[in-house]
Amino acid sequence: MSEKLKVSGGTALSEEDIRSGKIFVTEDSLNCAYAWDTGVAINRYLAELKQGRIIATECRKCKRVMLPPRLFCELCFIPCNTWRHVKDTGTINTFSICHVHWDASRIKEGEDPHLPAVIEIDGASEGMGIMHILGEVEPEKIKIGMKVQAVWKPETERTGSINDIKYFKPL
Amino acid sequence: MRKVAIVGAGLTKFVRRALETPKELSFEATKTALDSCGLSLDDIDCVAHGSAPDAFDGIHQKGEYLADGCGGWNKPTMRVYVGGATGVHAVVHGWHHVASGMFDTCLVVCEEKMSNAMPHAQGFFLTIFDAITERALHPNLLWIFALEMNRYMQRYGYTKEDMALAAVNNKKNGLMHPSSQFKDEITVEDVLNSETMAYPVSRLDVSPVSDGAAAVVLAAEPVARRLTDKPVWIEGVGWTLDTAYWATRDLYYPRYLDKAARMAYEMAGIREPDKQINIAEPYDPFDYKALHHMEGLQLSPRGKTVELLRDGHFARDGNLPMCPSGGLLGVGNPIAAAGTMKICELFWQLRGEAGERQVPGDPRLGVAQAWGDLMQVSSVVVTGI
Amino acid sequence: MGILEKITRNVDNRYWNPGVGAFPVKNRYTAGVAGQQFFERLKEDSKIFGTRCKTCETTYVPARLYCERCFERLEEKDWVDVGTEGVIHSFTVVHKTLEGEAKEKPDLIAAIQIADGILIHRLGELDDMEAYIGMKVAAQFKAKADRRGGINDIDYFKPL
Ligand SMILES: [Zn+2]
Ligand SMILES: [Zn+2]
Repeated sequence: MSEKLKVSGGTALSEEDIRSGKIFVTEDSLNCAYAWDTGVAINRYLAELKQGRIIATECRKCKRVMLPPRLFCELCFIPCNTWRHVKDTGTINTFSICHVHWDASRIKEGEDPHLPAVIEIDGASEGMGIMHILGEVEPEKIKIGMKVQAVWKPETERTGSINDIKYFKPL
Repeated sequence: MRKVAIVGAGLTKFVRRALETPKELSFEATKTALDSCGLSLDDIDCVAHGSAPDAFDGIHQKGEYLADGCGGWNKPTMRVYVGGATGVHAVVHGWHHVASGMFDTCLVVCEEKMSNAMPHAQGFFLTIFDAITERALHPNLLWIFALEMNRYMQRYGYTKEDMALAAVNNKKNGLMHPSSQFKDEITVEDVLNSETMAYPVSRLDVSPVSDGAAAVVLAAEPVARRLTDKPVWIEGVGWTLDTAYWATRDLYYPRYLDKAARMAYEMAGIREPDKQINIAEPYDPFDYKALHHMEGLQLSPRGKTVELLRDGHFARDGNLPMCPSGGLLGVGNPIAAAGTMKICELFWQLRGEAGERQVPGDPRLGVAQAWGDLMQVSSVVVTGI
Repeated sequence: MGILEKITRNVDNRYWNPGVGAFPVKNRYTAGVAGQQFFERLKEDSKIFGTRCKTCETTYVPARLYCERCFERLEEKDWVDVGTEGVIHSFTVVHKTLEGEAKEKPDLIAAIQIADGILIHRLGELDDMEAYIGMKVAAQFKAKADRRGGINDIDYFKPL
């Protein structure tokens, strides 16, 4: 069978075709916003963050101490009612040094790269990481396995948000 | 369950910006697939189609919108959606329709028009993160891939150069694909010297944003045998979802794929996939994912994949060619369509119709896989002749 | 305490909102292979074109690339000038804006049948009490300089 029989359509355009008005386009933006209910478990998680503490839930069957806390263990599929405070220290499981914004635009000259990381929190079960960002560290000095600690916002500035922890810094 | 075969396949070109509407792209791929096996819409009993987030094309209820371009007018039509895994999963979905005995023929069509998303398709992924515990940190899509890639490399001592070898392998194969949106070969140095987006991810580690569509025609055994003397059988299917708490899994190993692959191999009666499979089309939106997925597919021992890649084991003329199509890195990545493109490749390769891309040695068994949702789902299809 | 009980007592929850403008994305749509040509004829020649499938004798308006029933490609020879007049298939009188505010003057929106197709468009030069299903209407085009190659190149449909 010839290759021609296998492929049809997919007419390539350039940005110039569109900019020049040769190819017609219609643009539209939904311009809508969302507000999310925090839910039962996350509501308590946020309330504790506001107090400068990290709280987890424990599954009575598999004994996992889970972060973020949840109302049910998704592995055992039973409700979780046991709440446990965990430490605000942990270990970097993985990290990135990111030069790109959410919309794929690039960070500007002089702007610091974003430093996202998965951090396994001490006191939670092994492998229970949360995503957060790193600070007070030279990007090239970050290592997987590094011990880190939460840097909290001053109490008066906390709003009950994951951002009540400003970032995690090396211990 | 009845035996199900792929009897026809069709693609559009994959391009950065297509003139065609999403419906028109679907029509082109679907019509080509029907023509390839000499069928008309009257011969089709049902349609299984797939497309990734509605947000890309900017059309809510995109499934309904696309249906008539997929040959779905006045037919039992059902859309499947599992994020990036959609393209392979739509074939699993179509397989159910026919294997169950409910229908004799099924059109499977996948489409994506990412150029409709402005300023950049990546932005539309923001809402996949947990709104309260993750999105508040102002993440972007690249973070999760970069975090996974870094963990994977660190676990086995792989380097960025090692990962780049996969990009070079796939892009080289893709240059021979008539749908490819690329014209130039790349080197490991090109990848390493390309812009750092989110360490360790550089620009050429990533597949492009694309528009395109892909389609295959499925038929039950007696129909398939009537239509062609070279049906490509769907020997096994598998799919699994892991937990959506992605940061609580250790990202170095694709657990979501391990189970899906074993499920498909068991159904296909394959005991030693690394010895029995002749062609692999692992999902490769990033170069490291091709290797990561070869391990999850049980086609390469964990931590030994780079060694095998360097030895030429996964080259087009090696023992187990990886992404002979070129994959997402080498052909393009119109999300759902890219997964189905991999199934098209198995169809052509196993029939010996892959032209200059043809893998030598009369391959008999192939596997295709795609991955998606919040890094948690995989769909696997094993085909044989 | 069971899960359901907790959820029914879920009264102290707060909402979390990342703020308006946190997600300023938009979509840009091409008209497609058939749509591009359809709008070129609309913009340049003030003409409405359809495509006719000879097999099922359906004339699609706006023109399409393919017949969804027969799944045949509709080619250059299948393009037909369907005129600029149609019949009101149905209509509605819209009193509220998208945000739910009262409009100063209601909009008349109609489904206008032309050949076998339906165009959704505005009605003009008539009072909402005058419109009726079955009414004959004609396209009122914008001045050429104001046309952009889109459905708004027709300003509205007006009574014949
Ligand atoms: Zn449990
Ligand atoms: Zn027709």
